[in-house]
Amino acid sequence: MQLLNMKNTVGFMSLRVPAAIFSAILVIGSLVSLGVNQLNWGLDFTGGTQIEMRYQSVANLDEVRAELTQAGFIEPTVQNYGSSQDILIRIAPMEGVKNVEIGDRVVAALQAADPSVEKRGIAFVGPNIGDELAEQGGLAMLVSLLCILVYVAMRFEWRFALGSVVALAHDVIITLGLFSVLQLEFDLTVLAAVLAVIGYSLNDTIVVSDRIRENFRKIRNSETEEIINISLTQTLNRTIITSLTTILVLMSLFFLGGATIHGFATALLFGVIIGTYSSIYVASLVALWLGVSREDLMPTEIEKEGADQESML
Amino acid sequence: MLNQTPLWKYLVLIFIVGMCALYATPNLYGEDYAVQISAGRNASVDESLLNKVTETLSSENIEAKNIALDNEQILVRLTNSDSQLIARETLQRALGDDYYVAMNLAPDTPAWLEAIGGAPMKLGLDLRGGVHFLMEVDMNSAVNKSFEDMVSDFRSALREEGIRYRTVRQVEGGVEIFFRDQDTLDKAEFFLRNRNRDLVFTEKNDLKIVVSMSEQKLAETRDYAVKQNITIIRNRVNQLGVAEPSVQKQGVDRIAVQLPGIQDTARAKEILNATATLEFRSVDLDHDVRDAVAGRVPAGSELVLDQQGQPQLLKKKIILTGNHIIDANSSADEYGIPQVNISLDSKGGSKMSQFTKDSIGKPMATVFIEYKSTGERDANDKLIFEAKREVISIATIQARLGSSFRITGLDSPQEAHNLSLLLRAGALIAPIQIVEERTVGPSLGKENIALGTQAIIWGFVAVLIFMLIYYKAFGVVANLALTLNLVMIVGIMSMIPGATLSLPGMAGIVLTVGMAVDANVLIFERIREELREGRSPQQAIHHGYDSAFSTILDANITTFIAGLILFAVGTGPIKGFSITLMIGIATSMFTAIFVTRAVVNAWCGGKPLKKLSI
Repeated sequence: MQLLNMKNTVGFMSLRVPAAIFSAILVIGSLVSLGVNQLNWGLDFTGGTQIEMRYQSVANLDEVRAELTQAGFIEPTVQNYGSSQDILIRIAPMEGVKNVEIGDRVVAALQAADPSVEKRGIAFVGPNIGDELAEQGGLAMLVSLLCILVYVAMRFEWRFALGSVVALAHDVIITLGLFSVLQLEFDLTVLAAVLAVIGYSLNDTIVVSDRIRENFRKIRNSETEEIINISLTQTLNRTIITSLTTILVLMSLFFLGGATIHGFATALLFGVIIGTYSSIYVASLVALWLGVSREDLMPTEIEKEGADQESML
Repeated sequence: MLNQTPLWKYLVLIFIVGMCALYATPNLYGEDYAVQISAGRNASVDESLLNKVTETLSSENIEAKNIALDNEQILVRLTNSDSQLIARETLQRALGDDYYVAMNLAPDTPAWLEAIGGAPMKLGLDLRGGVHFLMEVDMNSAVNKSFEDMVSDFRSALREEGIRYRTVRQVEGGVEIFFRDQDTLDKAEFFLRNRNRDLVFTEKNDLKIVVSMSEQKLAETRDYAVKQNITIIRNRVNQLGVAEPSVQKQGVDRIAVQLPGIQDTARAKEILNATATLEFRSVDLDHDVRDAVAGRVPAGSELVLDQQGQPQLLKKKIILTGNHIIDANSSADEYGIPQVNISLDSKGGSKMSQFTKDSIGKPMATVFIEYKSTGERDANDKLIFEAKREVISIATIQARLGSSFRITGLDSPQEAHNLSLLLRAGALIAPIQIVEERTVGPSLGKENIALGTQAIIWGFVAVLIFMLIYYKAFGVVANLALTLNLVMIVGIMSMIPGATLSLPGMAGIVLTVGMAVDANVLIFERIREELREGRSPQQAIHHGYDSAFSTILDANITTFIAGLILFAVGTGPIKGFSITLMIGIATSMFTAIFVTRAVVNAWCGGKPLKKLSI
């Protein structure tokens, strides 16, 4: 079975202007949303207390809210979590109370009103911890981009390295943008997912770059643009199949993984789609615009002694 | 001949895969409901206790699958959760407070697997339920306490040396000493500098010396504060009766405490936050202990039990409390007899010196006070704590003591070690507070396992079907590789002692399943290309594997870098995810490149082929 049977080279690069505009719109839109709406930071980053409870029957959120307000908690956030019986309560750090006790007190208050309600989990994060985690996360992202830049520059060429890092930044910004626009909660697992997106999207980009390098060496007398088109066409099947299998498992994670892992699956699912697109358009496009050429990718030995002996081979 | 794999390669591959599969097998066996018995401070676990446990259980008609003594713990395996509950209560009642009886789930690994070090994967708290606390040591008070000590130490040292100073006072970040003239200042600076080599002395123009700690001393002080707290928390965690607690230093000033299976977090918190103190008191020699036991306790004295349960009559007046202890450690004297060396701060030293000068030859008792939860709650729903006093040592004062002295005449190095730990525990130099808590109920943990497993299975099945349809016979090979990949991840996760499987870790496995086929897709697409270009099937296979190799390597190394950084920077869920991701990358490369090549070679290699089923 063959997904796409392409006899002819697809002219990917002829669509480069629309692709660039599309990417620019998405990136700018994401940045604007990140600036205006910001991210809906999860408990890991804001600090506070989060309590997960399960009711025997459908939970009445208004009633829960009323009970908590009566018990002295200021502005508790109460929402369903995964099912109509499960609720998630979030309480911001409070003055004058030992914050670490809030979780136990909420459980006690709710169980006083309805003894059958079951405590599923409590998470308390001190305010300093949240800042630290955010700092660490940001650092992790920058460091991994940097390391990847160095590795790709070493293995390929700086234009490809820059191209792949631009593609990665493109994917990360747009994935964060989605979380900002939809106001999905951004917690530690989502951060891990975003970093995994970096890994995945890079995987794709490397495969394409590898083929471009190979074709530069193999096919003579072709324009750079033509080489890139040929390489993208040759790898298109693989790109699509790998994305497809990855999306298949992510769908399984998204639908079956439960509420805890939902954000993680969402970020990866979206990131993989964007990453597939970016490895076709963004990375190669940047390399093309930076003026990548055959000479840049030739093994140095051939350049030294083989340049004028071509006819002999 | 193309596409032949030498026999030794097959053997190596079979060996590696076989080892991983072998170590993955413990995960197939279930878990037993179990009760775990460990000893408190004053007791030990031995054969006689084993007999007692066996007798208690059989007299109560509780059927145990197995009772074993291992690693100073007794593990009783039971048939179901009801008998586990009854066994715990019965045993706790029979053994008393000296033993901790905890409920646990013990893996039902067969003996032969256990003998070669096989064990199932460790599950994270999000999968097995329990509490995770992150506690922060208040470093400011640790450092401030050191400065306080420095102030009184300088005062007495200068006074003893006959150097006159105007004032010694504690300021932000150090201690200031003022003098009347330059001469005394120089003299004092020379004297103190020689005495305290780990401090930094700076002379200021207005007849003042500023003393601060060197970076190294500061680091030592901090490190000591954390270590001391870890010791204390370990002791307290034992009180909670948790089966496999973990107390670890995290970062510079934090301690991570993991208590699997604990549900009553309120109680856990209060016990962890409780305080222990220490008192030195003189023994009442003027009255008879027997009279006091009979009810005639003299005024000014009280009865306190010692570790053997014998009552001792002590004066109520406290010579010294434990917060004057700076350090205590155990060692052996010149004759090899165990002893405990104690250092006091200068205030404590002068109090001790005051007291001991008239009491040479008399006994002095060390009393350990622990605030234990009674399990009852007061009107405000606070747990009620009662102070539990216990005489941990009675020693005869041999000479006038100063700020450092030692307790000798201990029976064993073990006893000396325990005493020094307790002495240190009573002198907490820095308070701690909980800065992060994560509690996962048992039902949520079970559900997380079920959800994670389901996601893995369905994702796996979907990919298997897809590959089969798309690559036919070669798809079968890829699917074999994918299955082995999963087995290897589980095997390696079980082999690495520190690796724990968490929910994000399971997500990592799912993701790996999706991405693992990439290597095979690359190879197979390449083979198809080669076939299209008109190569023979054998040539196509050969070139397909060869030319895809470097691409696969590059692509996987970069993803591995991302995983490595996640591991280095991340904590908790991120670390769990990165571990499985990295293991998955390594195993998927192995199975997708080497295993499939060997299978393909065994199947197609060395014979003329017209067509490939790809």
